[in-house]
Amino acid sequence: MRSMCDIFIIILILLNFRLLGSSRIEACIKAVVWQALALGALAFFTTLYPGVWTMATVGLTIVVKAGLLPALLRRAMRESEASRELEPLVGYTTSILIGACLLALSFLATRSLRVPLDHDLPMLVPATLFTILTGLFLIIARKKAITQVVGFITMENGIYLFGVAFAVREPWMVQTGVLLDVFAAVFVMGIMIYRIQREFDHIDTDRLSDLKD
Amino acid sequence: MIWALIALPTLCGLSAFFIRSDVWRRTLLVGTASVHFALVVCAWFLALPLTSAAGWLALDAASLLVLSISSGLFLAASLYAIGYLKDFQRAPIRDYLEGFEFSNRPERIFIGCLLLFLAAMTGVAVSIHLGLLWVAVEATTLASAPLIYYHRHHRSLEAAWKYLLICSVGIALALLGNFFMSVAVSAGADREINLLTSELIKHARQLSPAWLKASFLLMLVGYGTKMGLAPMHTWLPDAHSESPSLVSALLSGALLNCAFLAIARMHGILDAAGMGDFSRQMLLLFGLISMVWAAMLMISQTDYKRLLAYSSVEHMGVMAVGMGVGATSSVMLHAVNHSLAKASLFLVAGNILAAFRSKSIQDVEGIFRFLPLSGILWIAGFLAITGIPPFGLFISELLILKAALAAGRWLAAVGYLVALGIAFAAIAWGFMQMAFGQKAQSRLQAPVEESFRSVAVPLVLIGGVLVLGVWIPDPLWRFFIAAAEALTGGGF
Repeated sequence: MRSMCDIFIIILILLNFRLLGSSRIEACIKAVVWQALALGALAFFTTLYPGVWTMATVGLTIVVKAGLLPALLRRAMRESEASRELEPLVGYTTSILIGACLLALSFLATRSLRVPLDHDLPMLVPATLFTILTGLFLIIARKKAITQVVGFITMENGIYLFGVAFAVREPWMVQTGVLLDVFAAVFVMGIMIYRIQREFDHIDTDRLSDLKD
Repeated sequence: MIWALIALPTLCGLSAFFIRSDVWRRTLLVGTASVHFALVVCAWFLALPLTSAAGWLALDAASLLVLSISSGLFLAASLYAIGYLKDFQRAPIRDYLEGFEFSNRPERIFIGCLLLFLAAMTGVAVSIHLGLLWVAVEATTLASAPLIYYHRHHRSLEAAWKYLLICSVGIALALLGNFFMSVAVSAGADREINLLTSELIKHARQLSPAWLKASFLLMLVGYGTKMGLAPMHTWLPDAHSESPSLVSALLSGALLNCAFLAIARMHGILDAAGMGDFSRQMLLLFGLISMVWAAMLMISQTDYKRLLAYSSVEHMGVMAVGMGVGATSSVMLHAVNHSLAKASLFLVAGNILAAFRSKSIQDVEGIFRFLPLSGILWIAGFLAITGIPPFGLFISELLILKAALAAGRWLAAVGYLVALGIAFAAIAWGFMQMAFGQKAQSRLQAPVEESFRSVAVPLVLIGGVLVLGVWIPDPLWRFFIAAAEALTGGGF
C-alpha cells in the first residue's frame, strides 16, 4: 500500500515537471487530467475516514477534475485558437530548473512541520506544497490566459490533496461547495478567455496592460 | 429566516436570467432588494444569535451588522440602477476615452448576477463554519466578475480578468488556511471539533499553536486579497474604476466588509487561543502598509474613480489598524460610516461620469455650475470620507487613534495620522479642482438636468454618515459592542 502511494506521489511530482516544461497547451491539459487521476487514487488510499460518503466525494472530485474541467479547457483552447505558449515570460529550461528549486524548497520547508499522521508518507506534504507552488509559478510565468487557468487548477489540486490527506473530516456539504466553486471559476474563466480572444485577437495577458497607475 | 435571506435573492437571481420584459426584471430587482432589506430589519428585533442548519449558519451581531450594510446598500444601488439602466440602454455607446463604440452586456445577465451577488454576500455574513464561509466568499467573486465586465470593452474585460484571477488565487490560499486549521484541530485537540467559529473559540486553547498561526497568515493573505489590503490590492483600483458606478459602490461598500468579517472571525479565534497579540500585530502591519501605500498612490491619481478606489484601500487599512489596536467596536462603526460615504461617492461619481463622459479629474471642472445638486453631494462626500467633523468618519477615526495611543502604539499612531493627512491632501486637491475649477472650455455648456433618483439615493446615504457623526443612539452603540463581542465568541 505504502509503496503504491509513493509511486503515485512520484507521478504527481513528475507531472508537475511536465507542466513546467511543456509548451503545448494540449499536453498541459493532459498532464492536469493525469494529475487529477493520481490525486483521486491518493485520496482513495490515504484518507483517514474511509466510508461511503468519502468515496462518493472522491469519485465526484475525479469526475470534475479529470473530466469536466479539462473539457472546459479544451473548449476554451479551441475557441481561442491557441495551441502553444510561444513566448513565456520564463523559458522552459529555466522553468524546470526553478521547479527543481521549488521541490527542494518544499522538502526543506516541510521538514520542521509536525503533521499529525496516522499513515506515514513522508513525501506527501512536500508533494502537495510543490504542486501548489508549481501552480502559482505557472500563473506568474506564463502569458496565455489559458495556461494561467491551468496553473490555477494545478494549485487547487495541490490544496485538495492536502485537504484529503490531512484535513480530517470536511463535511460533504463543504466539499461539494468547494468543488462547485472551482468548477464555476474555471467556467467563468473559460468564457472570459473567449471574450479576450474576441476583443484582442489573442489571449496573451501581458498585453492586458491598459490599466495601471 | 436565515434560509429565506439566502434563498430569496438566489431564486430571484436565477429567474432574472429568464425574464424577457425589462420592466418586470427591474421590478424584480427592486422588489427583491426591498424584501431582503425588510427581512434584515426584522432580524434587528429578534433575539440574537439565530442559528439554523445545525448551527452552521448563524446570525450573530457581527453578521447582522455586515448583512445590514450589504442589504441596505444593495437596496440603494438597485434604486439607482433603474435610472442607470434606462439611460444606458441605447446601444452602441461611444467610449469617451478612445472613441470606439461598444455595447453593454444583456441586462438580464447584469440583474441576475447582481441578485446572486447579494445572495453570496448574505452567505458570507451568516456562515460561521469556516468551510462554508470560504465557499460563500468565492461565490461573491464569481457572481461579481460578470458585473465588472458590464460595458463590453477591452478595459473592463482586463479589469474583470485581473479581479477573477487574483481573487481566485488569493482565496485558494485561504482554502489552504482552512485545511491548516483542520490540522491544528487534529494535532492539538483530543476530540473532534467542527470548524464552526463558535466551537473553535470554545476549544481554542487546545489547538496546535504553530498550525493555527500558519492558518491565520494564509487566511489573512487570502481574504486580505479580497478585502483590498496592500500589497494584495492590485485588482481593486482597476475593478472599481472600470465597473459601472453602482457596482463600484457595492464592491467598495459591501463586498470589502464581507471579506473583513472573515478575517475578523479568524482574529477572534486566535484571540481566544491566547495568540491575540500575534494576530493584532499582523493586522496592524498590513493595515499600516495599506494606508501608507494607498495614500502615496492617491497623490498621483488623475482618474477620480481610481482615487475613490484607493481611498477604499486606505479605509480598509484603517479598519485593520483598528482591529490591530483592539478597538473592535469602533471598527464596526467605521465600517458602517465608510460604506455609506463611499457608496454615496461612487453613485455621485456615476452621475458626474454620465454628464461629463470622462473619468479624468482634468476634464471635469465646475461640477457646481453644471450639476449643482451632485456638486453639493460631491463636496459633502469629500468632507465625510476625509473624516472632517461633523461626519461620522471623524468619530470612528478619532476613536481608533485614541485606542492606538492607549495601547501605547505611538509609532503606529504617527503613521496612521500621516497617511490620513496625505490622503486628505490628495482627495482635497482632486475634488476641489472638480468642484470649483473654472476652465474656459468645458465639456458641457449648460447645466444638466439631474433626475430625482440619481440625487436622492446618495443624499440618503451621506445623510446617514452625518447622523452617525452627530448622534449615535445608545442602542446602536450597544449593538456595535455586541458585534465586537460576537467576533470573540461572546455571542454564543
